[in-house]
Amino acid sequence: MPETLQFYLFAALAIGASALVIGQRNPMHSVLLLIASFGALAGLYVLLDAPFVAVAQIIIYAGAIMVLFLFVVMLLNAPQEDAHKDPFALVRQSGLTRVGAVLALLLLLQLSWALLSVSGLAGPVDAGGDAAVVSSVPELGRVLFTDYMFAFEATSVLILVAMVGAVVLAGRRENEE
Amino acid sequence: MELRLLVQLGIIGLAFFMLINASAVLVLAERKIMAAIQQRYGPYLVGPHGMLQPLADILKLLMKEELRPKEADKWLFTLAPVIAVTAAFTAFATVPFGAETTFFGLLDEPVKLGIADVNVGLLVVFAVTSMGVYGIVLAGWASNSKYSLLGGLRSSAQMISYELSYATALASVVLLSGSLSLREIVNAQEGYWFGFIPQWYLFLQPLGFIIYGIAGVAETNRAPFDFPEAEQELVSGYNTEYSSVRFALFPQAEYINMVTMSAVATNLYLGGWHFPFVPVEYGWIAFLAKVGFLLFAYIWIRWTVPRYRYDQLMQFGWKWLLPAAVINLLITAAVFLYFNA
Repeated sequence: MPETLQFYLFAALAIGASALVIGQRNPMHSVLLLIASFGALAGLYVLLDAPFVAVAQIIIYAGAIMVLFLFVVMLLNAPQEDAHKDPFALVRQSGLTRVGAVLALLLLLQLSWALLSVSGLAGPVDAGGDAAVVSSVPELGRVLFTDYMFAFEATSVLILVAMVGAVVLAGRRENEE
Repeated sequence: MELRLLVQLGIIGLAFFMLINASAVLVLAERKIMAAIQQRYGPYLVGPHGMLQPLADILKLLMKEELRPKEADKWLFTLAPVIAVTAAFTAFATVPFGAETTFFGLLDEPVKLGIADVNVGLLVVFAVTSMGVYGIVLAGWASNSKYSLLGGLRSSAQMISYELSYATALASVVLLSGSLSLREIVNAQEGYWFGFIPQWYLFLQPLGFIIYGIAGVAETNRAPFDFPEAEQELVSGYNTEYSSVRFALFPQAEYINMVTMSAVATNLYLGGWHFPFVPVEYGWIAFLAKVGFLLFAYIWIRWTVPRYRYDQLMQFGWKWLLPAAVINLLITAAVFLYFNA
């Protein structure tokens, strides 16, 4: 029972914070609410007996990535967004915004379809239902470097491509000056 | 069972109490040691040898008026010191400070000296410490003052840069001990080589210890890396606009972070509560002594080494410290494989 209560608490926190992220006028507040949302997600991972994933979530998302977000927002000194008097102003705008709205609608449909078609959850890692084995870091590492080797390496290459791209873009601007 | 719970609560209360008072003791120690290094007496008037100076300081801070700049962000300005100090306290939650004890036969089953024993304890400390940077960054931003903003920006850049070397140094220790639990890492350092050299990771990872030490000083924003509050350039950096209790929370967080850094270094490299000729039941005394020595070294470094320049700090972090940490990790992994495969 207390676990269910905790689940609802963290879930409500995550959803509430995420919803508030969009509603903020000040981008700085949005970033902070996003961090709060990541923190609530980490709480959910702990409830799922996955402390390693929870800590990784905090270190990588709430720690490293969001600090960079904060950094960029501070450096750009982004102005406060003016509140739209007309709630449908975004939809009435032309061009790319409409494409974005259509895509968001498609995502919503896809997600609801996926959620509705799920029947019973199966654990992705078969450890005979032993929570201690599933959550252990050595086992996670072993599975990651054997069974899921391809996905792991593909992700690494993807990140490397992004990194090389960033370096190339930064270097080009310097040369032009 | 109820007695056990009470004892556990007592341990938590004691750890909290000691952390709160650590800042008061460290402020006094800092001023006394600084005075000794500069051949002065230091605070001498309040109480015998100025021992009650921290009490006077606290009273002064409590009585001051709380100011907030008119253009400051109301919520974040208040929230920032709270974040800083909460993260500092929380980081200590998974740091063990002694072996199992029955408190001289008071309990039937021994309890572990430490607040929470998590199997990813080391990562929890790392994660929560990295949350502390938000306190400083937000304080800098929310004050709406150029000095504060520059201090906040510097601190985030510095912490991102040094966190990498810090984590890479930790990875070598994790590799050697095969565990992420701080208690198991300490227990892996039990025993002696040739009967008299304690098996501390300090002797296996001398470079790792130095990297951890340097990155630790930078992470806690202490001199010679105290750029977020470089007073010649930035007045007082991120906390320029703060006063009264809100101001007091920042140095408090800094001192608690120093204690956590020292306690983690003791657990990782100095064998935790193991010490030659000290029985494990009294190991917490050895632990306290080691942490005390590291804290002394922190203060010692601050008052003997001048501050670097900001570009030197970034060059050093990225071009020397990080490569050194990566090479250390690779060599450790190779040697470990050679002897254990």
